[in-house]
Formats: sequence, C-alpha cells, structure tokens
Amino acid sequence: MRTTSRTTGTRRTAGKTTRAVTALAAGALAFSLTACGGGGDDGNDKDRNEDRPSGGTRAAPSVTLPRLDGASLEVAAVWTGTEQANFKKVLAEFEKRTGAKVTFVPAQDPIINFLGSKIAGGQPPDVAMLPQPGAIKQAVDKGWAKPLGAEAVKELGENYAQGWQDIGKVGGKQYGVYYKAANKSLIWYNARVFENAGASEPKTWDELLTTARTVYDSGVTPFSVGGADGWTLTDWFENVYLSQAGPEKYDQLAKHEIKWTDPSVKEALTTLAQIWGEKDYLAGGARGALQTEFPGSVTQTFTGGDQPKAGMVYEGDFVQVNIGETEAEVGTDAKVFPFPAVGDTAPVVSGGDAAVVLKDSEAAQALATFLASPDAAAVHAKLGGYLSPNKNLDLSAYPNDVQRKIAQALVAAGDDFRFDMSDQAPQAFGGTPGKGEWKALQDFLKNPGDVAGAQRKLEAEAAAAYGG
Amino acid sequence: MPPASAAGAPPVPAAPKSHKSVTGTRRTVAALFLLPALVLLGALVVYPIGYSLVRSFYDQSGDGFAGIDNYRALFTDDGIRTALKNNIVWVVFAPAVSTALGLIFAVLTERVRWGTAFKLVVFMPMAISMLAAGIIFRLVYDQDPDKGVANAVWVGVHDTFAQSSAFPKAHPGRESPLEPAGGGAFVTREPVRAGEPVTLPLVGVAPDVMPDDARRAAAPEAVPGKVTGTTWQDFTRGKGVGTLGGVDASELGYAGMRIEAVKDGRVVASTTAADDGTFTLPAAADGALLRLPADNFKEPYNGLEWLGPSLVTPAIIGAYVWMWAGFAMVLIAAGLASVPRELLEAARVDGANEWQVFRRVTVPLLAPVLAVVAVTLMINVLKVFDLVFIIAPGSSQDDANVLALELYRKGFAADQPGIASAIAVFLLLLVIPVMWFNIRRLRREVRR
Repeated sequence: MRTTSRTTGTRRTAGKTTRAVTALAAGALAFSLTACGGGGDDGNDKDRNEDRPSGGTRAAPSVTLPRLDGASLEVAAVWTGTEQANFKKVLAEFEKRTGAKVTFVPAQDPIINFLGSKIAGGQPPDVAMLPQPGAIKQAVDKGWAKPLGAEAVKELGENYAQGWQDIGKVGGKQYGVYYKAANKSLIWYNARVFENAGASEPKTWDELLTTARTVYDSGVTPFSVGGADGWTLTDWFENVYLSQAGPEKYDQLAKHEIKWTDPSVKEALTTLAQIWGEKDYLAGGARGALQTEFPGSVTQTFTGGDQPKAGMVYEGDFVQVNIGETEAEVGTDAKVFPFPAVGDTAPVVSGGDAAVVLKDSEAAQALATFLASPDAAAVHAKLGGYLSPNKNLDLSAYPNDVQRKIAQALVAAGDDFRFDMSDQAPQAFGGTPGKGEWKALQDFLKNPGDVAGAQRKLEAEAAAAYGG
Repeated sequence: MPPASAAGAPPVPAAPKSHKSVTGTRRTVAALFLLPALVLLGALVVYPIGYSLVRSFYDQSGDGFAGIDNYRALFTDDGIRTALKNNIVWVVFAPAVSTALGLIFAVLTERVRWGTAFKLVVFMPMAISMLAAGIIFRLVYDQDPDKGVANAVWVGVHDTFAQSSAFPKAHPGRESPLEPAGGGAFVTREPVRAGEPVTLPLVGVAPDVMPDDARRAAAPEAVPGKVTGTTWQDFTRGKGVGTLGGVDASELGYAGMRIEAVKDGRVVASTTAADDGTFTLPAAADGALLRLPADNFKEPYNGLEWLGPSLVTPAIIGAYVWMWAGFAMVLIAAGLASVPRELLEAARVDGANEWQVFRRVTVPLLAPVLAVVAVTLMINVLKVFDLVFIIAPGSSQDDANVLALELYRKGFAADQPGIASAIAVFLLLLVIPVMWFNIRRLRREVRR
C-alpha cells in the first residue's frame, strides 16, 4: 500500500523536489526490504536508485506521457484470470496518467489467427500482446503491425538490453516491446525432499545427476515431467542444447540452418537421456510422464508430505501459479535453482509477450512507450506472477525473494539469453500437440535409447514445417 | 440442402413475367416468401460448401492453384491416414455398439417395473454436452488409480489376485556389493563364505513406506558353519548414507526380504530376513552367490494406460457409447412400442423361447428403426471431434486422431487451410451416401 501511494503521488506533479523525495523514499524502501531479505543484492539496488535521479536524460523517474483525453484504445492479449486482472491494473495506471480509455480484449490462442479474423472484420485492436517473435514477423509480413514511434524506441533503448530489443525487430525496424518475460531455465524442488535426502542445489549437470541420485536413494523419484504437454519437453531440450552447444548453434538450429541430425543435437539428446532414460528417475516412468500434464506435474511434486511423487520439476517461473494450487509455500516448501550448466555456462531460455501496435495513433504509441518504461513494470511486478526484461526495474518491486532471484537471473543474462526455440519455429513444428517437435520428443521420452531415430524424425518434421 | 436447390431454381426465371399471369403473381409472392430462407441457406450452407470446395484446390496462402495436391496429401500424410483409419474404426464400432446396447436396454426395460426410471438414467448423459462428457471421461481414464475410476476398479481387481511387494524402488547404492542380475533381481558380486558375515545394503525405500514391523538394522554376527548377514536400508532420512555399506544406528532392516543362495543357477537355500534385517542360511549356502529375487521389488500395479497409444481410441469410443446408447434406446423403445404384441404372443404360443422370439420376431420387426438409429449415429460419428479433442492427452492425440480433429489441426494450428478444406470436402463426400440413404428411407416412409 505504501508503495502505491508513493508512486501515484509523484506521477501527478513531476517537479524537481518531488523527484528527490521519491528517490529518497525509494532508496529507503529498497534498503528496508533488502535488509529483511538479507540478500546480496542491496549493493545493486542502491546503485540503481542513485543512478536514477542523476541520469538526467529522462524527465522524471516516471516516463513522460502525452495527455490523451478522449482517446480510446483496445488491447488484445490471451491472458486470463489473475494474469489478466493484474495487467488491467497496469492499463488503469495508463488511463490515470493520460486520460485515455483502455479496453482489454480477451483473445484466444493462437492470437495471430484471432487477430487475423479481427482485421478481416475491420476491427483490429490498437495494441496486441504477441508471444512469439515468429508471430511478430507474421504480423509485419501481412502488414498488420506498425513500427514503433521515436518515443517508444527511445524508452526501449534506455531500459532494455540489446538482445531484448532485437527480438522485437523485424527487418531492422522496431515493432515489439517485450513487456513480459518468462524465465524458462529453472528447476523447482520440494525443499522437504532435498532436506530428507541431504541433497543440495546443483550448479552443473553432473551435480544435478548426483542430486538426482541422492534423491532417488532416499526413496523419492527425482523428477516429474509433464510429458503429455510436448512443450515442457522442448523446453528441457532447449536448456540442455543452449548450454551445451552454445548460443550460435542454438540460433542456427532455431532457424533450421543446421539440421537436427547435427552431432550437437545428438550430444544434447544423449545428455538428456541420462535423466529421461533412467527407469526410475521420472515419476510414473516414461509412460506415466507421457500421461501427465504440466499442471499435474507441478502439483504432484509439491503434495504428499515426505512422499511426493517426485522431488524436482523443471519449468519456467510460471510454475508458481500451479504451486499456488497446493498447500506448499513458494520460497519455503517449494524452492528453485537455475538450470545447471551442461556446458560452460548455465543456459537462460526465455519467453515473453511483446506489445505490438496494430493501429498507429498517438495513444497506441504512448501505450507502447508506457509499457517499455520501468513504471509499468513496477506496477505489474508488485502484483506478482510477472517478470520484466526491463533492466531499470528496481528488483525490490518484486513481491518475494524467489521472484527476485528469477528476475535477477534473467536480467543478469544480458544479451546471452535465448528465446524459446520452439516458439521461434513454425507452429506446425514447434507448437502443435501430437505433431512436430512435440511429438518427436515425446517419442524420444518413450524410447530414449534411440537418439538417431529421434534425430531423423525431428529433421523430417522440421524439413516439412520450415518448407525445405 | 436438396430442398433448397430444388425450391431455389424455379422462382428466379419467374421474376420478369410476374405481372402477366395469375401463376406469375403467385410465383413472385412465393419467391418473396422463400427469399429469407434461401438467403440464409445460401449464406450459411451453400456458400461455405462451395467456398471450401474452391479453397481445397488452392495452396496454403490461397493465391496459387494447387490442383489436386491437397487431395493427394490427404492420402499420403501419415497423420491423415491414421485419422482415416481411426474414423473407420469409429464408424464400424461406435454405432454398432451403441445400437446393440440401446436395443438390449429397450427390450429389457419393457419388462421391468421401473423401466421408465431406468430409461431416464440411461438417457441422462445425452443432456450433457460433449465437452463436459469429455472432461468427465478424462478423469475416469486417469492413469493414477487414486483419481481415475477405470484404473481404480482395474487395480482393485488385479490386486485381489496379485500382491505388490514391500520394496518396489529398492536398489543398490554406490559401491554396492550387489549388482543387477536381470529381471529386477540383485545378486552379490562375490560368493559368500560360511562364518563370514555378509552385508546386503540397498537404498531407495523411504521410511514411511517401510513395512510396519521393520526394526533398527542389526550388524551381522559371524556364526561358524552358517552364512549370516543383514539386508537393510543404507540411508537415513536427512542424514544420507552414513557409513557406506555399514549398518548405522538409525537405519532400518528390510523385514521380510527374501534371500536365495544360488550355485550354478540353482537355488540351494533360501530364507527371509528378520525384522532387523538379519538372516541366516545353512552351510549349504557356502560358496554360493546370494540373490535378492525380483519379487521383492515388484512395482505396485498401476493399471492400464487407457489413454496410451493403443487403448485411446477404444477408450474414447467407450465414452461416446456412454452418451449415445441412451439416444439409441429411446428411439428403439419407441419402435418397440409399435410392434404388434400379437406377433410375439403367437410366436410364444408356437413354442418359441424368449431368445427365439427376440432373434426371429422382435429384431426383424425393428430392423427399419435399427437402421435409422445406426445411420444417424454413423453421420454423427463421422464428424466426432470434441470427445477426441478433449479426452486424448497431447502425447496420444496423434494416435486418437480422427478426420474432424485433423481438419481442425491442419486448418487452425498448422495453418494449412487448403488441406483442411480438402478434408472437409472429403468428409462431406463420406456423409453424402449415408444421408442419401436416410432421405430415401424417409421418402418411402412418407409414401407409405
């Protein structure tokens, strides 16, 4: 509550004195928060807070937005439930600052098809949140997306690492603002299981195998895999591949410039089989995993007291939502460590949603600018369940240590993160249940001995989907 | 649809001479009255069919003419071929089983006092949407016997006849004196000697799932002339292994573990471990390898994979039958009501038993109704989509695929509207003979 009143107060009158006061208040707040948290990041926080007022180029700690009384905007996104409610609060903040009226339009997946029908009907939303770089490109190719204006580009340049700017570009022009990010390089674990087994958080793949072994020896199955949903499997593969083969190969494979029969893929699959191939390492065995959907794979890891179905579950930060359905508390019962390094460095695979302007107007551009600012991110971050790639967002805005840790890992990766590979692929390959990469990896999970066969299948599917 | 085209043809040329004759005026009026229906039918039925037909000859983007490429894809694409195969299974089994069950229910309910109540219950699933039924059966077929009714029953029956073991996940830890012997058994690496105590440490059994009578493991004591030893869980919760391969104070014995002494593949002696994990074998075991047979480690039975690749289609057909058997029953019961009682009575008087009456009199008399029910269900089954879409998990959606689902996947997920249109046209072609049959029957009924 305190924070909210503080920020709204300063936004109305952006004078010099208030700025100083805000900086002080923010500093004090950050200080007290980190003091409780006892984390090692207070140094960071202080730096950031001191930088801000002296930065000079920006008019205020908040972004300057034009007055847009009477303007009305439509924003389309696929979010539902809490995710939608929280985003609406961000939109409400925009309304308050500009006087524009913003309506949220709930969309369905795949949003690009939804937009297609809206545009065919002559009623495109002003701004849409597109999840994949491929979707942005599609929207640009079809002439739907409009490039960002100078204000938005400037705001983006100040707040975002180059890598995050680049994935919003098509043909050198900036179209997307990656407003929301996902960190998909996390392994969540049941703290009680680790304690019972005397296991510790691993830093490397070999340590992960040792940890898995220890958990297994203690009488708990180490991993829960939601194999009924193919995307969890592609995410596993992407982390191993990015860390092992390196970012260059990752980019090439994502564009299908190298084939899936490449030795690097073989190596990654073989590595993956060290976990997927162990008969007792997956809850329910490989066949059981293939019947488990993602939400179930999370809940079965965090229910059952001393005897959950599994000790660890791999997936992104959004696992918290599903942990929320159990009685486990994130941060105490459910803990997290970054995906261990398979090669030299630990991977950071991410996803995200980018705001793309579909109807060029001052109001739409202003909203894009606002979404690129740390202010919008701060409003959303406080509500939880949200990660921002915005490097100028004060980490203290996140509601808990776990979220802060995840956000820090994401921002610290700078330009070394990679966007989810299957999201970059054509949908027939990377995003269709029972098809393409999803199906090929499910078959591989069923039969992890057949690396060559899996590679052949992946290549055949990829060749068909990428069109040669 | 056919009435639309039949009625649509005449009024159009009639328009110009509308004022000249009596019939002409009538035609204008008729056209006027028909217009709303024609516009609706044209916009909602004829135009989409026509456009799908046209679209099916164009490529993915809709710009280039593709000839019959899309139709060729129909018969070469693996996904579509599975869908086709499954559709055949569906069309053969789902209407047949539903009609058969409906017939049985209808005939039986005729004779029960609470027949109407029973009919009501069987018909009830029809009141549920396909989507809701799909969600229900998704749960029914859940793999976990604690959630899925189907597996709960199956496992219950199975476990009545075969018991699971106490140590399903036990396995040798690091640097163990035991090694896997194939088939899930473990065997010592070295032969054992009488008078030298043996340790058989394993790990992987959590304290909560240990048998209730398990006690603290005791270190083996040497007994001259006998093979003695201990088998125990070499792992303490929260503390780890402790002394590797040595009995620690907090570790539990594997009470009831079976141990066999094997010489040249033959079992020479066997015993069961005491509550503290200790065991004693006679001198005959001297020089033998000790084996922990596989039945110590048998996994608890986990039921059938209802939604796995092989059973998924029959499982979904089961859900469909659950919904539609009631529909078949109601129609057949109506038909049954109009069957003349005298014929049945006459057959009984002539000495036919109940089965013969059913087989030789009731069923032939009901044949027209049965045909209508089966054909109606066939049309219904050809377009089945929701049940498959909802019940089949992602990993076996491919194996459960049907044409309507493949149409959706090609059209909306894979962005292949050309192929999707071709599937739609193909589905229409499949439905037409069945519809024609139904319409012809209807006409004949009317004439009679």
